[in-house]
Formats: sequence, C-alpha cells, structure tokens
Amino acid sequence: MRRLGSQPIGLFFIALSALAALSVVLILAIILGQIVHEGWGGITWAFLSSAPDKGMRGGGVWPALFGTFALVILMTIAVVPLGVLTAIYLFEYARPDSRLARAVNVAVANLAGVPAIVFGLFGLGFFVNFVGRNIDRLLYGGELAYGQPAILWASLTLALLTLPVVIVTTGEALRAVPMVAREASLALGATKWQTILKVVLPQCTSGILTGAILAVSRGAGEVAPIMFTGAAYFLPSLPTRLNHQFMELGYHIYVLTTQSPNVEETKPILYSTVLVLLLLTFALNAAAIVIRARFRASVRTA
Amino acid sequence: MGAGTPIRVETRAGQNGPTPATSGAKIEAMHVDFFYGKTQALYDVSLAADTSRVTALIGPSGCGKSTFLRLINRMNDLIPGIRLEGSVLLDGEDIYASSVDVVDLRRRVGMVFQRSNPFPKSIYDNVAYGPRIHGVRDRRTLDGIVESTLERAALWGEVKDRLDSSALALSGGQQQRLCIARALAVEPEVLLMDEPASALDPLATAKIEELIHELKEHYTIIIVTHNMQQAARVSDMTAYFYLGHLIEFGPTVQIFTNPERQETEDYITGRFG
Repeated sequence: MRRLGSQPIGLFFIALSALAALSVVLILAIILGQIVHEGWGGITWAFLSSAPDKGMRGGGVWPALFGTFALVILMTIAVVPLGVLTAIYLFEYARPDSRLARAVNVAVANLAGVPAIVFGLFGLGFFVNFVGRNIDRLLYGGELAYGQPAILWASLTLALLTLPVVIVTTGEALRAVPMVAREASLALGATKWQTILKVVLPQCTSGILTGAILAVSRGAGEVAPIMFTGAAYFLPSLPTRLNHQFMELGYHIYVLTTQSPNVEETKPILYSTVLVLLLLTFALNAAAIVIRARFRASVRTA
Repeated sequence: MGAGTPIRVETRAGQNGPTPATSGAKIEAMHVDFFYGKTQALYDVSLAADTSRVTALIGPSGCGKSTFLRLINRMNDLIPGIRLEGSVLLDGEDIYASSVDVVDLRRRVGMVFQRSNPFPKSIYDNVAYGPRIHGVRDRRTLDGIVESTLERAALWGEVKDRLDSSALALSGGQQQRLCIARALAVEPEVLLMDEPASALDPLATAKIEELIHELKEHYTIIIVTHNMQQAARVSDMTAYFYLGHLIEFGPTVQIFTNPERQETEDYITGRFG
C-alpha cells in the first residue's frame, strides 16, 4: 500500500488542511494584534476608573467594568446551584430512560441552541414584565420597583443562557465518579443524599468549577440577552441594588460603535474598551483555572 | 463443627421445596431465586451463616457468588430491574420486608470490596465517615472510634502518626485494611467481603487473612474468593456455587477433603473451572 503523502493528491490535501489550520491562528493573531495595537495606549488608570463623558467621546469605562463584574457574579450565583441540582437529578436520581429525564435532556440540548436574542426577549417578557410587575403589585403596591429592566433580571436571563453548559459539565463530572466510591458510602449505611453530598460532589468540584468557568466566559461577552433586561446606555452611578440598571462592557461597545455622534473621535476609546473586555474575560478564566487546579491538587493530597 | 451440620441443598428443578425451619443462624437465605431483568442469576439458594464462623463462597466467574453476597446488604438494589423470590433473614427477620430500613441494614451488614476503595480523604476521615453520617459529632468520641477500629484492623501502628495524610498514599494492602477499618467503624454485626485480597500481593494477602481470622470471633463473616487455598485457609464453612446453583455447602474440611458431589470435587481439584 502506498502512503497518501507520496501521491500528488495526498500532498494537495495535506497542504490544504495545513493552510486551514494556519488560517485559524492568523485570524486570532489579526484580531488580537489589531485590538492590542490600537487599544493598549488608551488603557490608563484614569480610563479604568472614570465614567464616560463628552457624549461617549471621552472618559473611561469604570461603570461598565463594574457592571460586567456584578452581572457575571450574580449570574454564577444563580446558574451554578440550578445547573448542579438539575445534573444531580438527571444523573443520580432519574432513570435514564424515564420520560422526565428524556424531556429534561431534550430541553437542555434545545436550550443550548436558542439564539441569544430570544433569551433577551424571553427575559423581558417573563422576568421584567411578568415576574417583576407581579412583585411590584404584591409587595410595592403597584409602584415601579422590579417591573423594569434591572441587573437581577439581566443576570437571571444570562443564567438561563448558560444553564446547559453547567448541566452538561456537571453531568460529565458526576459520571466520572467511580461507582465503587458510591458503593463504599452506601455500604456504610449512608443515604443516597449523604453519599452525593459527601462523596460524589467533593470529587466533582473541579468539574463544577469548569462548568462555572465556561458559563462565565460565555456570559461575560453576551449583549443580546441583557439589552432589554437591564443594560443601560449611560449611567453616571453604579448599581447598588438588584433592581438597578447597569452598564456593561459588551453593551457599551455596541453603544460606542453605533450611537456615537463622531465615529473617528470614539474609535480609540472603542478599541480600549474592547481590549478591557477581552482582558477581563481572560482574567476570569485564568482565575477560575487556578482555583480548579488548587482543588485538584487538594483532592489528590487530601 | 458442632452445630455446623451442612444445610441440605435443594438442587431442585422448578418446584418449591418445603421452607426449612429457621436454624437461628445470623444470616439465613431460604429458597432464594434472583433475577436481573429476565436473566435468572440464582436458583433456589438456601444457606445459613453464623457468628464466629467464616463462610466462604467459591465457584467459577459468573456463578452467582458475588450476586448472593450483595443480596445480604441489598447492594443489588442499586441495579434497576432486579427481582428476588424467597427470603433472606438477618436474626430471623426478612431483610426484604417492606418495613426494613435499607440504611440501617447496611449499617449492620458491612461490606469490603474487591478493589480497595478508600475515599480521597484523609485516613482519619475515611474511618470517621461512617460514624459521622450516623450522627457522631464529638471529636473525642470520633478519635476513640478511629483508634480502636484501626487497631482492630491491624493498621493503627502503621498509620497513627499520619492520620491526616491521604488514604490514597497508603499501599494496596494498607488501603484494604483501611477499608475494613472503615466498615468496622459503624459496628456492623456481619461483614461481607468480596474477594478482598484478589488485588494484593501474597504478603498483604496473608495480613488480610490473619485479620479475618482475628475478626471472626465477633462477626459473621462471609467471603467471596476465587482463591481455593484462601478459602481453605480462612473459612470454616464453604459453599460451592455453579451457574447460579448452590451445589454444595458444608464444613470447609469436608468440602476440600471429601465432597459429597462430583462437581465440587472436580472444581476443587482443578479439573474444571
């Protein structure tokens, strides 16, 4: 049998696939190179710590930076417990062929395929208009408090968007825990719930953290789900309550790109803002990876 | 062997024999049929195991001996689609009765697995796991339990200076003795051992066997083993399983020197299996 590489057609395919692979690197290099080149100079302490001014042509990104952090943290608080509990039900309790388990699996798969803008509309219709207005009616005597776009609703909408990621990664972690570990616990007279809590979940910590990492990096850059549910064009003050609106880097980039009275004047700020968003996502990822590595090490030497 | 007269083995074909009178043994299986879905794994098995006596279950792979062992602490319950007919008694009470609390049953009937499976926790936390889930919180009580059970498992001397280090850092034999200690920590009455030494070297195996010998005074021990010499060394009673049937059950000495049935002799002498 002749080797593929010794034939002209084989060589052609090798070259073609190598070119395709190389183009991926090139594209990333061009994106990053351009952004770093144009944006790095604008990133100063003043830029990071001040609010935009002069109709978005000056000032900094502090409110958007803070808002992004707050949004992602609230989202994580919502999505991790919900996702982990769902995964526990699916993989530890439900029989895999049961109707409910199949329904949940189909729902998870389809949830992952829903366009982000649809989540945004859902968030507006369900959280803001339905849940929020009803809270206002029941608790605030009809006065407007939660029945409007707010960081709470935006983070919950993002949580829905990132839920499948957390469920799938947690499920993989649960399945990776060997059956003998569960049996050892059950054989000692532990209940199933005790076994999950004290034996299974501790061995899943790094898997759950991976899910949180992926959720955060997915959620941090999304604009569509938050533009109707809580992100604001411009706010001079930071959100201090769950029902406040907030600025967010991704949305801010959208605003700078499309709403500026003078595009050329806005451009340097735009580049710097994009770079800040990228650095923030990388930093969040890096932090989460470090936490995960620590956990892995501590499990190994516990 | 005194009271250890061999239970008569019903090698029946389909009919339900008369229910044997309870012998007052610690563990007693009566006419047990067991199914995984439609596959029958055990056929009319009746067997009794008593305290201060080690009962060995032997037979070729797939003969049902592990299935039988896992009936006694209802570990098979974890598998969907199982069905049991007949009864398994612990102190004369049917452990498959609907009133039985499986969690409490498993506390009374401890189990040691084929592959040592300590939790990825410290040595101390492994032993304290059982008492803790059963509500022991007091540190000094736990310290006492950890020390005494590790001593009973002949491991205390080797680990007393490093109780806080990982159980996974122990050798295979030490891990298995730790698993025995972990099982003993909840004060079971019966100890089930599923090929506890099959993954160990001869020296570690000897230690486990010695331990079994010491423990048998206080516990009802039932051990599944592939190793014929091991069965001969550690057990007082031996049950030979083949294709889901209990072929012969009797004092180990008799099974190994003068079995009643030809199949047993063939297996023991290595002509088959």
